[in-house]
Amino acid sequence: MKHKHRIGVFKFASCDGCQLSLLDLEDELVALAGAVDIAFFPEMSSNMRSGPYEIGLVEGSVTTHQDAARIHQIRKQCQNLVAIGACATAGGIQALRNWSDTQQWVNQVYAHPEYIQTLSMSTPISGHVPVDFELRGCPVNKYQLLELVSAALAGRKPNIPTYSVCVECKRRGNICIAVAEGVGCLGPATQAGCGALCPTYSRGCYGCFGPAESASSTILAELLIAQGHPSDEVVRAFRSYNACAWPFRQAAEGKGLT
Amino acid sequence: MDQRGYEVLGPTIHDSAISYGPIHAIEDLPEGWTSEQGPGSYRLKRRTDGALFGYATGPKSLKNFLHPSEIKLFTAERTNGTFRILSNDGLAPRRAFLGVRACELAAAGVQDRVLIEDRFKDPIYSQRRAGSIVIAVNCSDPSSVCFCTSMGTGPRAKAGYDLALTEVIDGGTHEFLVEVGSETGADLLAGTEYSEASEELRRKSDEVTARAERSIQRQFENAGVAELLKENFDHPRWDDVASRCLACGNCTMVCPTCFCVTVEDMSDVTGDHAERWRKWDSCFALGFSYIHYGSVRLSTKSRYRQWLTHKLSYWHDQFGESGCVGCGRCIAWCPAGIDLTEEVAALRAAAPAEKTNGGGE
Repeated sequence: MKHKHRIGVFKFASCDGCQLSLLDLEDELVALAGAVDIAFFPEMSSNMRSGPYEIGLVEGSVTTHQDAARIHQIRKQCQNLVAIGACATAGGIQALRNWSDTQQWVNQVYAHPEYIQTLSMSTPISGHVPVDFELRGCPVNKYQLLELVSAALAGRKPNIPTYSVCVECKRRGNICIAVAEGVGCLGPATQAGCGALCPTYSRGCYGCFGPAESASSTILAELLIAQGHPSDEVVRAFRSYNACAWPFRQAAEGKGLT
Repeated sequence: MDQRGYEVLGPTIHDSAISYGPIHAIEDLPEGWTSEQGPGSYRLKRRTDGALFGYATGPKSLKNFLHPSEIKLFTAERTNGTFRILSNDGLAPRRAFLGVRACELAAAGVQDRVLIEDRFKDPIYSQRRAGSIVIAVNCSDPSSVCFCTSMGTGPRAKAGYDLALTEVIDGGTHEFLVEVGSETGADLLAGTEYSEASEELRRKSDEVTARAERSIQRQFENAGVAELLKENFDHPRWDDVASRCLACGNCTMVCPTCFCVTVEDMSDVTGDHAERWRKWDSCFALGFSYIHYGSVRLSTKSRYRQWLTHKLSYWHDQFGESGCVGCGRCIAWCPAGIDLTEEVAALRAAAPAEKTNGGGE
């Protein structure tokens, strides 16, 4: 029998939405399950088999000492390590702690803070081990995830574009809401991949897929402020799921808020 | 048109702009609406009259329909160890475009030169183009971003249409002057009620064009621009524009002549089904200039310079004309409001000084 790629799915600090994208592939799930051996995926099956794995999908950011050690063990077991989602690629929304006193938050939030052991920063997987591919998004686009696995099986390069959301927005035939309605939209500085979901429904892009290749976030931040969007709103727009991705971080910090 | 098997696409209010959409009845047209446009800005506005075509072009052009943004080129299937390629033999849609402006006709002509008349003939574009009917409407209300008069492409359609209308509103009368541009056009007109145009209507129609011409404020000095750009490859203005450019690619998406595409192959998870897709690409994308060892144009500066220089300079060398028709879409639909006429003017104004500074070398 032909060898099937063994896949392991690993969770770090995250909401589980990205790994759930695999199970959300309702129409393709049977074909996927037939094409690969999903050897370790606790969210799907209690039959958890040990490595090595051809593909490791890692969701979540590193926020504890234990996780900082665990990611090295996972890296050793995975031929190809893929970070999936904004937490794994940029630290996620929980990286907002990186601008704060984490211990103070712990004391405020938990009745027994003495039980909480956490790192002061939330960091992406690439901050700890070499990563073979980063799949962006909050959550990832399930079809991009499938494309990534399909490409790996075929031994080809995945079609995961790194240009702006605007390109796929215009291909989709949308009217630019930034130009036609003055809506604050992060699309020009955000990486494509979602299919321009929010602009299609007349909402400005939230930047879920992180900075686009051209890293024009600071230019966009200055432009939005010049157009009359309050600077604190602009800072908050860049400081969400991908707050710690460098161009977004630069854009927000450049506005004087640290 | 319906009876002839044509889908009619014309001006409709779609989201917040006047853009091509399906037309079934006069009520679908943007009666009494116009647009106010500027660099990085487009707003719908009410008119005081009931004009049906009283607006300047929106973001979409014929390109959106003749040169589709995404199209599957073929499918491949593997069964029992054999491999078959299934071509896309679907018929090209037959469409009638209503309300096409002179600048858009000029842009379609530019695309014809590239996609039909050059060394390679694109079957997708060719079939769609051949299966189209064009009912032009002469522009009466250019916007502040328009500069067709500088490019010699408008505001009145001179050729390339089946029928051309001029909307004439004068006091209580609301009439259309029709000009026939082809046998198809004559055939179409024969099926409608019309009467011979009076001298007065012809004169009023000319006045509509004259008024439109006079209203165009934006000037672009096209003469010598091809050489200007070639001679100013290292001009500091490119750094200046790069500090404002988002490299988002919107200008290339809305440009009615930009034709670049990328081709993506995909295989499914079973490996038994593969597809090849063609999609609009943009020279503002890093992957556009990707060759072995990486992308050639890493900086936004080099990408903006490539776009503008190709459009206004190398296009002449390649296709014997400018790639710009003066429609102004790249100005209005640039989120940062970058204005190519201003950029070229800045290059031109500073060019002699630059030459003096670098003189003798």
